Amino acid sequence: MSEQDIQDWIGKQVAGNDVVVFMKGTKTMPQCGFSMQVAQILNHLGVDFKDINVLEDMSVREGVKVYSNWPTVPQLYVKGEFVGGCDIVREMFQAGELQEMLNEKGIANNAQTQTA
Amino acid sequence: MAMAAEDIERLIKERFPDARIEIQDLAGDGDHYAATIVSEEFRGKSRVQQHQMVYEALQGNMGGTLHALALKTAAP
Repeated sequence: MSEQDIQDWIGKQVAGNDVVVFMKGTKTMPQCGFSMQVAQILNHLGVDFKDINVLEDMSVREGVKVYSNWPTVPQLYVKGEFVGGCDIVREMFQAGELQEMLNEKGIANNAQTQTA
Repeated sequence: MAMAAEDIERLIKERFPDARIEIQDLAGDGDHYAATIVSEEFRGKSRVQQHQMVYEALQGNMGGTLHALALKTAAP
């Protein structure tokens, strides 16, 4: 695949799934502490997400860094938008902002405001 | 694959002369750092934008020479 094909493929994953994490390893078997933290936070919130293991494909691993102008993995995308890496996701989670953003974007999660 | 804390601080300082910078070597291996950077330039920027500015200041070292740099950025 050409570089443009990779960018298009990444774009499709991000557009076609509400919540996507590009990570090292998988959601059930993360292979990096930072990727694990992001997966744990999303699991804790009961958010269903698509995991893309960048270790399986070097061109995706490099391509996703170009896609978001972000030099590291993991990367979280919600509704097509880049949210951040491990530090930002953790900071947002601790401040309750991640839950708020998920609710605003209509992503099902445990922290959803209960309606009768 | 390591980078000295002074080099990280120097690159950040060059880009953000007003910044208050704190760098911790988390594992003592010159490869896992945490940095807190407070600069007026971050005001009004999103977290993603703030971190992108820092990564730019690090001139491609992040993700390469520098494996892990936990970032915390803020405006004063």
